Amino acid sequence: MSDVPLLEAEGVSHTYAGGQVGCADVGFSLYPGEVLGIVGESGSGKSTLLSCLSGALPPSRGRVRFAVRGQGMQDVFQLSEPDRRLLMRTDWGIVHQNPRDGLRMSVSAGGNVGERLMAVGARHYGDIRSEALDWLGRVEIDAERVDHLPRTFSGGMQQRTQIARILVSQPRLVFMDEPTGGLDVSVQARLLDLLRGLVRDLGVAAVVVTHDLAVVRLLSDRLMVMRQGRVVESGLTDQVLDDPQHPYSQLLVSSVLQA
Amino acid sequence: MTQELMLQVQDLSKTFTLHTQGGATLPVFDGVNLTVGAGQSIALAGASGAGKSTLLRSLCANYRPSSGQVLVRHRDAMVDLTGAEPRLQLEIRRETIGYVSQFLRVIPRIPAEEIVAEAAVAGGMDDAEALNAARALLQRLNLPERLWSVPPATFSGGEQQRVNIARGLIRSFPILLLDEPTASLDAENRKVAVALIMEAKAKGAAIVAICHDETVRAEIADAVFDVSAFQAAA
Amino acid sequence: MNALQPAGSGAQFHSIDGVYNFAYLDEQTKRMIRRALLKAVAIPGYQVPFGGREMPVAYGWGTGGMQVTASILGLDDVLKVIDQGADDTTNAVSIRRFFNRTAGVPVTEATTEATVIQTRHRIPEKTLREDQIIVYQVPMPEPLRKLEPRETETRKMHAFAEYGLMQVKLYEDISRHGEITTTYDYPVEVNARYMMAPSPIPKFDNPKMHAMPALQLFGAGREKRIYAIPPYTKVRSLDFNDYPFEPQQFDAPCALCDAKGVFLDEVILDDKGDHMFVCSDSDHCRDRRAEGHMGPRAREAAEKGYGADQ
Repeated sequence: MSDVPLLEAEGVSHTYAGGQVGCADVGFSLYPGEVLGIVGESGSGKSTLLSCLSGALPPSRGRVRFAVRGQGMQDVFQLSEPDRRLLMRTDWGIVHQNPRDGLRMSVSAGGNVGERLMAVGARHYGDIRSEALDWLGRVEIDAERVDHLPRTFSGGMQQRTQIARILVSQPRLVFMDEPTGGLDVSVQARLLDLLRGLVRDLGVAAVVVTHDLAVVRLLSDRLMVMRQGRVVESGLTDQVLDDPQHPYSQLLVSSVLQA
Repeated sequence: MTQELMLQVQDLSKTFTLHTQGGATLPVFDGVNLTVGAGQSIALAGASGAGKSTLLRSLCANYRPSSGQVLVRHRDAMVDLTGAEPRLQLEIRRETIGYVSQFLRVIPRIPAEEIVAEAAVAGGMDDAEALNAARALLQRLNLPERLWSVPPATFSGGEQQRVNIARGLIRSFPILLLDEPTASLDAENRKVAVALIMEAKAKGAAIVAICHDETVRAEIADAVFDVSAFQAAA
Repeated sequence: MNALQPAGSGAQFHSIDGVYNFAYLDEQTKRMIRRALLKAVAIPGYQVPFGGREMPVAYGWGTGGMQVTASILGLDDVLKVIDQGADDTTNAVSIRRFFNRTAGVPVTEATTEATVIQTRHRIPEKTLREDQIIVYQVPMPEPLRKLEPRETETRKMHAFAEYGLMQVKLYEDISRHGEITTTYDYPVEVNARYMMAPSPIPKFDNPKMHAMPALQLFGAGREKRIYAIPPYTKVRSLDFNDYPFEPQQFDAPCALCDAKGVFLDEVILDDKGDHMFVCSDSDHCRDRRAEGHMGPRAREAAEKGYGADQ
């Protein structure tokens, strides 16, 4: 068990121009292999927080630090832009809610998955292609679709292609924004199983933002509940869901229909 | 003869506050003190609603106590479970405390043998070994082989419980928490379950169990702890 | 009026008819362009923005190349202008006449005699020398434009050397067609740093750019960018290790002069589908025919008793 956290948030706050509070004073440490769930309803600030954590939006206050390979804990927003861009392409991955935001729709599935390899200097077509095929297989996409455009894929397949595209660079940290949003229930289920298996097998740490409690129950070890920009409760997932302390957490848990 | 102290509950209290019910409070227990040593097993007793399940869940950080402490022997030192950082709590659950719940919380679409094998893999066994161990254990628990590759959602209560037991006992946890482990089992399977529990006990596990069945309780427990004696004032 | 004045005296150099400044552009503009050229030479392959001027031809007709040529021409230069390898197409003729009128410099069709060669879409077959400068006309200077339409992004990609996207494009070609299908304006890596669009020269010409003794300058008028490859600079065409770059091969020699290993143009001869392949570089072909080489068509014509020049 490593003693060094992978990702550390300290007092992360973001206020939009105009005064609207996105998120306020969020702090936590994430260790290798841990999955942190962040739940909240619309307007809770969870998406803003995810943007700050994933290097897309500089926080108004506070900092986000990541254990950069060979450099120790670095403030993500103090890194030079090329270093940060490289980080986001290799050691990090972001699974977007809408696969269109995370895929090149006019590039084949194989090209999408191989891009991260080519971006860091892979120059052997055959090797790139076979690695792309390997990863598409791991996300249960048929090998014969490797040259097809994601445009022709179903929503679930697009999402799985997005996941393969990220995992090919073997990131240590993956951010997921409503990974099952907009998918049919059975498709959601399959995707969650896949994510659960991959996270477990690869030892990837993850931050999963969602409004769906079933997703965090299945995927995450730890949970933070957000409301109006603030974290109102945090702890182990089963503890927060089975024995919620904060009034809002109790409301959230009791609102979920049990199938 | 002194057994190594494994679990120490100090002055533990639990009151639920139901904010969705206008802040109504539900006191459960107050000032619970309990120690369990290696190889020792304690049965929790008390009427329904006395807080047996609540106490058991507090011992693995599933429920958060209102006050008091739970100390566990983790990696050769007594560690405060209740106040620990989530990372440490996860580590303790991974290595030290095993929990067999009353009902199998079904993870959909995972076959029975994989559910059990996953628990072994989490303890460091490699995939192939874990699957073999899982099958052996399910065999011992008389779960029909045709059910091994089937997800347990459609199983009977007894079949589900056997998967649950296998998952909880496939590894040798130093501390075992059992919530009605034999409740849905017939006589024959009950015997197997008891044998497994006794084997764990013999290996030095400290066991805290909830058992309604007097016979089973007599077989596995060294002592009985009456939770209702610590009933909190309403 | 044609007398040379020393630099810095404030006098203008006039054109032959006394109306335009020497080589059309005013001296300050030439200085601005030369500064851009120096910067471009200092950073091989990097696109330098410059304040492009209105030229008396429309965008798309070589205004970028013309501005570069205008800025470097001196009285002792000899100018050659080619378009798709030929000196006698409309475009080449117009531009040559333009500089003849506004600069009065000698013009030539012989590659070996020229000191400045302005070209559209071809590199001459003869190896250029250290004392020569070749000026390319460039329509689209940004090699990544078709893949990434945002200028803000492509600038960052060049700044951070993030060229994976181009490699993805080549990957897509191979996965779809079994080979890299780009045949002209084939992207190159200059001095192991910047990715560059060599202008729509056929990929056949790409190897000539590598370690060329002459200075190579590129001008894009509409996009207002200048870039350069200094002499003897490493230029590598992008490829995969297992799908290496291959210039085009022709399976027959020039029909007129029998040249092998040169770029050929297809010429339609009649409306019944008769065609022949001849040197794209008209100067090169003429020289070879003057030396007595005869390609299959030329031999045929000679046997039938036609004149040596078709």
